[in-house]
Amino acid sequence: MERRGFLRMLGASALAVRGVRLLAAPATDARLLLVFLRGGYDCANVLVPWSSPFYHQARPSLAIARPDPADPRAALALDADWGLHPALRDSILPLWQKGQAAFIPFAGTQDLSRSHFETQDSMEAGEPLDGPREYGSGFLNRLAAACGSLNPVAFTDSLPLAMAGAAAIPNISLRQFGKAPFDQRQMAVIQGMYRGLPLEPQVAEGFQLKRDVALEYQKEMEGAGRDAVSSRGFELEARRTARLMRDRFNLGFIDVGGWDTHVNEGGAQGALATNLESLGRGLAGFAQELGPAWNRTVVVVVSEFGRTFRENGTRGTDHGHGSVHWVLGGAVRGGRLAGEQVPVTRETLFQDRDFPVLNEYREVLGGLFQRLYGLGAAQLETVFPRARPRDLGLI
Amino acid sequence: MPVACRPPAPAPRPAPRRLFRALAGALLCLGCGLLPAADGPLAPADARWLDRVTYGLDSATLARYRALGRKRFLDEQLQGGGDDPALAAVLADLPITREDPLELVQAAEAEGRRIQNLASDEDRQQARQAQNQLAGQLAYETARRHLLRAVLSPHQLQEQMVWFWMNHFNLYQAKGNLRYTLADFEERAVRPHALGRFRDLLLATMTHPAMLVYLDNAQSSAGRINENYARELLELHTLGVDGGYGQQDVQELARVLTGLGVDATPGTPRLRADGQPFLLRRGLFEFNPTRHDFLDKTLLGTRIPAAGFPEVEQVADLLAAQPATARFICRKLALYFLGQEPSPALAQELGRTFLRSRGDIAAVLRVLCGSRDFTGAPAFKDPVHYVVGALRLAYDGKRPGNMKPVVNWLNQLGEPLYGHLTPDGYPVLPAAWSSPAQLVKRFEIARAIGGGNAGLFDSEDGQPAAATGFPLLSSRLFYEAIEPALSPGTRQALDQAASQQEWNTFLLSSPEFMMR
Repeated sequence: MERRGFLRMLGASALAVRGVRLLAAPATDARLLLVFLRGGYDCANVLVPWSSPFYHQARPSLAIARPDPADPRAALALDADWGLHPALRDSILPLWQKGQAAFIPFAGTQDLSRSHFETQDSMEAGEPLDGPREYGSGFLNRLAAACGSLNPVAFTDSLPLAMAGAAAIPNISLRQFGKAPFDQRQMAVIQGMYRGLPLEPQVAEGFQLKRDVALEYQKEMEGAGRDAVSSRGFELEARRTARLMRDRFNLGFIDVGGWDTHVNEGGAQGALATNLESLGRGLAGFAQELGPAWNRTVVVVVSEFGRTFRENGTRGTDHGHGSVHWVLGGAVRGGRLAGEQVPVTRETLFQDRDFPVLNEYREVLGGLFQRLYGLGAAQLETVFPRARPRDLGLI
Repeated sequence: MPVACRPPAPAPRPAPRRLFRALAGALLCLGCGLLPAADGPLAPADARWLDRVTYGLDSATLARYRALGRKRFLDEQLQGGGDDPALAAVLADLPITREDPLELVQAAEAEGRRIQNLASDEDRQQARQAQNQLAGQLAYETARRHLLRAVLSPHQLQEQMVWFWMNHFNLYQAKGNLRYTLADFEERAVRPHALGRFRDLLLATMTHPAMLVYLDNAQSSAGRINENYARELLELHTLGVDGGYGQQDVQELARVLTGLGVDATPGTPRLRADGQPFLLRRGLFEFNPTRHDFLDKTLLGTRIPAAGFPEVEQVADLLAAQPATARFICRKLALYFLGQEPSPALAQELGRTFLRSRGDIAAVLRVLCGSRDFTGAPAFKDPVHYVVGALRLAYDGKRPGNMKPVVNWLNQLGEPLYGHLTPDGYPVLPAAWSSPAQLVKRFEIARAIGGGNAGLFDSEDGQPAAATGFPLLSSRLFYEAIEPALSPGTRQALDQAASQQEWNTFLLSSPEFMMR
């Protein structure tokens, strides 16, 4: 049975129960996936400021070489100042060339704790840093509530703060895809115990979600998922994510770890490069798997902070400040850098150590959501309280 | 919302008859030399009352209840108490019991300095990993201790209150050096006051290194104020967000709190001579007068004359005595035990009791447990109540040694101990735990608990364990305390089980078991 039909069967009573998603058809065709790189990825070695002599000075063992078509380890030139890490040659560079990838350097939060957990937390909350805040409420949850008719989901083991809050959002990790936890008979027996009780619709929807995923798994095994079977790690996860976002959900969250490169970060090769290549392949696979729906999809990649501009004593980088956000999608006005910029010199560093934050994430995402969902000022105020949305013309 | 699966509660039996039955049981015992372990099925109203006073029944608790009757049983629960000798012996061996946080932090800092000076990156990385693992082990041992007590202790109300206050005064283990101080916070700041006076509990948390690090007060000093702790102290720990304080109060309180911090360095810090008498050190905790703002303050309209540490005590008195604090704490307690808003009459009575008894937590709980609301409509359990209750039923007094599976289940269910990032703690209302994905996860955990012993009896180091066990749910305890209240739908489901494991899974997945 199709999910819609099934949900209709739950009937009006299901919609009246507090805590169950309201399941009207989405008013928008747009899809949005937020990718959170946990650990603070080293953006200066991903979007490489190759024209800056200071960059090469500050990173004697880590810097990516200046663009050179003959050197496979050199940065891939995007323009006269910036280049891409070579690990992204076959994944993100083609998207850039098609005009489907934009980067926002000097982006992030003003949170200065430089603590992973505090900064991730405050970014996911999306609330102003000064003054009282509403605990346990994330900006994607408030976005779902403001739009009213989205089908949100978190592709994670537990519900991330970004999606926690008043709107009940399910979470389901696709990292390990398995069979349904119970067989049909067992599910029917358990469901039977809840017949007529207030929890009946939640139990039914929960099992349905598991059945949906099991079905996807079966299709994957039968080869309908095209390249997915041969994929590994994040690419596999991202392709599965794409299929569920193509068919069932239109607001998603996924996170990728392993970016906290204090020691032996590597340059063109090494720890960061390996992780980056996997991320790039995943995102390119996500785009491919969506098919025509890619044209109505936006992927935003963020991280809690950038890292120190200078390499540290253990051939790595420490917790910094400004980061680079990525915006990908079939309809994205890409092939360009967006937002406010400064030349990369020692003088422009924040506290003489990090990239500054010139493009605050709440303002940038607020501007993007405005375009994507046609949200009014009052709705945006609930998503990002007291932020002034800035439209960077990303779509 | 009423739940259809339970029959309406019969009127409680009059007390004299209950007393008579207990006496009769005792006489019977004298006659035959056996404990009066059972006298037939438990009345559903008693079962429901016990389901809230405890984490869920085991045979020993049921026998105690039958021996004492409700009133004396409650007296005993409100008294609390220490670990029984067998459990105490297990806990005595743990590093968190043997070492105090000052030694642990000093050792960790020394190790940190040693690591800095190691020759190669590889050595440094390896040593850091080893240190991290050690700290993780301390946090696990803390969780293990907490869970063993929750499952096995006869002082079930006290154990619930330790969890409640640990959640109210939430800590996040991964911040700063908290993994070294967490166990001590629970053992020395929270546990002794779990059923005591709120003011004492509050002051104990205000002067504990773990809290001072968690909410950044250790970094706050006169002229360089960090308001974080002051704000949360008012908003989350005492008055509540609508408790009638303003930004000015937050700033004044932050000034009072300056100087409260941690110091792991041996010896006495160098102070100006006139500061020396104000210095206070207790283990890792330090009140440092040179960091304290020695000017008068005004909090909630009350003048706090400059005095050093006594200001902190005055503030604890002041905050604990506020009607807003009484309202806030009593409401949260009621939400925790009832899973819904208390009736206005009960809310008022709880608040009055709190103020009249000067924040006597046991006095408030006595009113709550004796109220009509207490045996009202059952509410969905949070993951801790669910998992601990299931283990109490399944292993009925038998002590599993390995708590890693339990820690893992609580992780999967989204309520790990010491794992909530923000100071608000986990939500105490059931709605936070019953989303579709959470329900299915709950059923999966039901299967994990019901399907076998899940490694609970494996020894920690992979050696064969001395004792073993398996989940036995269709027990005498089940027939006496749970079966009588099952709905026809649940009975029908249990009849369809194809194996004992599946029967266990269905019972633990039933609405009756999900609710308390």
